Order: sequence, then C-alpha cells, then structure tokens
Amino acid sequence: MKIKMTRLGLILGCLVCSVFSTAELRIEVTKGADNAVRIAVIPFEWRGRGSLPESVAEIITSDLGFSGRFNTLPVTQMLSLPNTAEEVFLRDWKLLDVEYLVMGYLTERGPDLALHFELYNIYEQTTDISEIIVGSDLDLRDMAHYASDTLYEALTGIPGAFSTQIMYITATGENDSREFRLNVADADGRRIVTVLQSREPILSATWSPEGERIAYVSFERDSRPAIYIHNLVTRTREQVTAFTGLNGAPSFSPDGTKLAMVLSKDGNPDIYILDLKSKPRRLRRVTRHYGIDTEPSWSHDGRSIVFTSNRGGQPQIYSMGLNDLRIERLTFEGDYNAKASLLKDGSGLVMVHRREGIFHISHLDLKRGRLRVLTETSLDESPSIAPNGSMLIYATQVGGRGILAGVSIDGGVKFNLPSNQGDVREPSWSPTKRKNFVPVSK
Amino acid sequence: MALMKRYCGPMLAIALLALAGCASTTQETSSGPAPELQAPETSMEVENVLVEIEPIKPMVSRGRIILPLDELDAAAGSETLKGLFYFDFDQAIVRRSGHSELDRHAGVLSGNSMLSVRLEGHADERGTREYNLALGERRANAVQAYLIAQGVSRSQMEVISYGEEKPADSGHDEGSWTKNRRVEIVYR
Repeated sequence: MKIKMTRLGLILGCLVCSVFSTAELRIEVTKGADNAVRIAVIPFEWRGRGSLPESVAEIITSDLGFSGRFNTLPVTQMLSLPNTAEEVFLRDWKLLDVEYLVMGYLTERGPDLALHFELYNIYEQTTDISEIIVGSDLDLRDMAHYASDTLYEALTGIPGAFSTQIMYITATGENDSREFRLNVADADGRRIVTVLQSREPILSATWSPEGERIAYVSFERDSRPAIYIHNLVTRTREQVTAFTGLNGAPSFSPDGTKLAMVLSKDGNPDIYILDLKSKPRRLRRVTRHYGIDTEPSWSHDGRSIVFTSNRGGQPQIYSMGLNDLRIERLTFEGDYNAKASLLKDGSGLVMVHRREGIFHISHLDLKRGRLRVLTETSLDESPSIAPNGSMLIYATQVGGRGILAGVSIDGGVKFNLPSNQGDVREPSWSPTKRKNFVPVSK
Repeated sequence: MALMKRYCGPMLAIALLALAGCASTTQETSSGPAPELQAPETSMEVENVLVEIEPIKPMVSRGRIILPLDELDAAAGSETLKGLFYFDFDQAIVRRSGHSELDRHAGVLSGNSMLSVRLEGHADERGTREYNLALGERRANAVQAYLIAQGVSRSQMEVISYGEEKPADSGHDEGSWTKNRRVEIVYR
C-alpha cells in the first residue's frame, strides 16, 4: 500500500519566516495491521455550484489507509457509487467483501459548505454514524480530517489523530552551506509551513499543551544556544534563556505554566524548571549531580518528571517527584536508554534504547517491567507520542538520510514519511487538532 | 606561501628580518625575474632597526593559530597548530596523544592574554541529540580543564557544545563517527 501525496499550495497564514518549504513528505505504510478492516470510501457528491478544491473522499481514504488499520477499496473497483444509505445495493459490496461504507455529500450553506458523512455497516445494515459539519471552502481538508477522526474512533475505539500536526526539523547542505528549518505540517505530511530558518542549529522543538506555543533551542545568536518560546498564533516569540553553557531540552508542563529545561550554567548539565507565570520568572534547580542530567519530560499530572542521566555510568531513565525531589531509576535493561516520554495513563514510557549496538525505539511497561523494541530500523531517535496515545512518530535513517517514521504502540502498524530533500529529524506530534468542528443538527 | 606572505606583512617591527625569508621564498616559487636587485638594500636596513624588534606574535587566521617557529630565524617559517582533538564513544577523556599539541596551545594562550578561544565540543550522531549536546560540552570542558592546568586563564576560553548538529563528516559509519567525536579549538 503506497499513497503518494503531492504538495498543495493552500494559502495558510504564514508564521515568522513566511516561507513555504518546497520539501514534501509522503506517507508509505510499511506494515499494516493483521486484521485490517475492509472499507470503501465512496466519492462524495458536490451538490453546489462550481467545483471544490479538494476531494474529501480522497483525503479520508488516505487518512484511513495510512493508519494501517484499514484496507481501502479503490474507486475503480466499486460497482456503484451511493451517497446515502438509501442508495446502497448490498450485493455490490458483499461481492467485494467490503465490511463498511463511508459515504456522503457536500452542500452550500450560506457562504459556507456543509459536509454530510455517514458510516454504513454492510453486515448489520445499519448507519453507525451520520454527521453534518460546516466550514468554509478553505477548511475542506480540516473537515475531511475531522470526518476521518470520527470514523476512526467509531471503528477502532481510539480517537483519531488525523487533524493534528507534526513539527519537525530539517537540515540541508553541509558545513558552510548548512541550513536548518523548523517546519509544521499536517499529520498526513501536507501543508508544510516553515516557522524558522537558520544557518545555525535548531533543535528540541516541543509543543505547549494548548498547541499555540512551541519552545525550541536555536543557535542563531552568535552561534550560542538559547531557548525560545514562539507563539504560532500571534507569530511572536521571546528568548527565554541564554545562560552560559547548555540551554536545552525544553519541555512544557501539562498545564503550560512551566518549562523544564537543561542548563549547565552551574557547572554540570542539570534540570531546571522555569515558572512562566511568576514575575520575575522563578528558576528552580531540581537536579544536582556531577553527571549528565537531561531530556526532562513531564508526567500527565505534572507532579513528576522522567529524565535521562548517566549518574550510574551510562545513560538511563530516572523519575523524580517534584515535591520531594526523590529520584528513582526506571530502566535497567541495556546500556543506553534515553529521551523517555510517559504515556498519558502513566502505564509506560517510550524511549531510545540501544540493543546490540543499534538504537531502537522501545516501549517500557512500568507495571510489569517489560521492555519491548518497537522498531526494526537503526539510529532511531526522538519518539513523540500522538495525542491519541496509540501511535508514535520518530526519526530514523534510511539510505543514509534522516526520515520520519511511525509505529503503533502495539508495534502492529508501521509507516514511513520520506522527504524529497535533506535530513528530516526530531518530529513532535501536536497535542491538539489544527481545527475543530462541532456537528450541526440536520 | 600565502601564509608566509600574511605572516611577513603585518609584523612591521620584524619586517626587515623577515624580508630575507620572504624574498628567498618568493624567489623560489615565482616564475618571473628573480628580485635579486633588492637584496643588498634591505640587508642594509636590517641592522638599523634590529633594536626595535619585539617578540614574534602568533597570528589568528580563520579561527586557527599560526605560530612562527623561531623568532630569530624567520626563514624557518610558521606552523599552524592543530586544533582538532578526538574522543572515544560516549567518553570525554582527552587522549594522551593530544597532550603535546594541547601543551603548545597552552603555551600560546598563557603567553598572549589578548588571545581567546572557543572550545567547540561535538559528538557523533549515535544516541539522542540532547544527550549528545551534554556529551559535547563534557569534551570541551575536559580540554578546558587540561588547558587551565597548563596555566591558561579561564577567561580566555569559551565552551560551546554543538552535539551532533555540526558533523565534520556526514557519513554514517565508524570512520565518520571517529572524525565527528571531537573538540575544535577556534581562535578569535
């Protein structure tokens, strides 16, 4: 299953740099689920004037396809093209062994569009979902992703993540011509916007919980590192730190009021927490060790963090309660465990784990203490969990080039997001949807 | 040759001493007529100015340090000090093989308080980016500690880590990684 996507030049509000990247990402599913659901997404009828800039059915087909949990029927194999349940001839679909139909149509509603979509169960002969959402013609992609999310949740019980975004960093050129970009794209790799462009390194970009702000490390000033908080909505940013030494690994607390980070201003890389609300901002040092402490990541309740430390001789994952600063080692298997993120329910974490000299993304079940390697590629790093908790995206190397790839937490589904240029790295999955819709009554 | 010319140019005080060296090297490499005519005149002036000679100073060019080899014999030319020091995987220990070159840096820095350096720490691409930033800083700190022990003032040195972000070699094998685990001494 290979879905090729071409770049779409939709006019989005550009951010600080207002540069559209020419890079393109396209999703290739490399391993689908064993029990993929057979589904047909039937072209949606447009019942208005003129034509629409996007095909809603194509977007939904590619969304469901790249989740790896569905086998989508190509339009060319469909025997009929119903738009409502009343138009369905069951025999047409039973012949093709299709389990579910997605169908619908679009109408004009004042200056806006209304998207009607439904999910039809062939075997039960029931309509499981039927919704109408309204938006402008510029919202068409977002409306289609909303439908994908709704359908995905109805069919799998897991909220969809097709309306979310992915932030990542690209590096092109070598030495003096090296160029770094911080990009934000839709979860399907489309609508790429460059937020920042620099000849000096940009790294460790991370989202705030409300999805409006991002924090990152940039070496743009005198080639020295500093942490910035950048507001994607107001398109403004501020330099938060520029201490001597490391200024790295920013991570927003779950309530968005604090930023954990790594500073080495006091001699060693230690973890600090900056209170963004207090004036002047208070900086609290939470680790004190001559070893390397880095890569803090918050628990969902904001009461503890996990971090990487080589205090035991090699990098391992530790957790620390922020009230008592009590530290507990979490990983014991392997001689290199780093960059951990806790799953929302706290049941486990994902991290970079070295096994036989190869760096993989692994899942550690904290209750059973069981470690599972999720990826078969090498030099894997920067795992970032989707807001639905069921997938994660990470950076890896294929053919000597950095690309993004994804894997489900159960390891059952895998996909690649190859880019047509440069190294792509450090993906970070947005915690929120790009745009949300509320179904309207019929 | 280019270095030789730079070295001769700005150092006016020792220009006359140096000219002999410059002239001779020009002669060796230029394809045009040999500048033999000037030799007698310059050698005359040498004696007059000799008293004003100051110690030859090291020069900084493109972040590298160029050392004259011998103050009294400019013909001996100059040498660029090696500014690259390599490290083992996940280690921040200065290799013994780099000590003698570091000692020379220490000599230059402690003898010229106007000079300052940036110690740029780097890591290979394996492992996580932030951990590698910390590792790069460890390496640069190790070099700094060595230089301080050799008498260099801390105020002459700035430590910056680039982690794995600025590889010297863009390959993805042990050969490239070996070149990327490094500290670069950059003169300013």
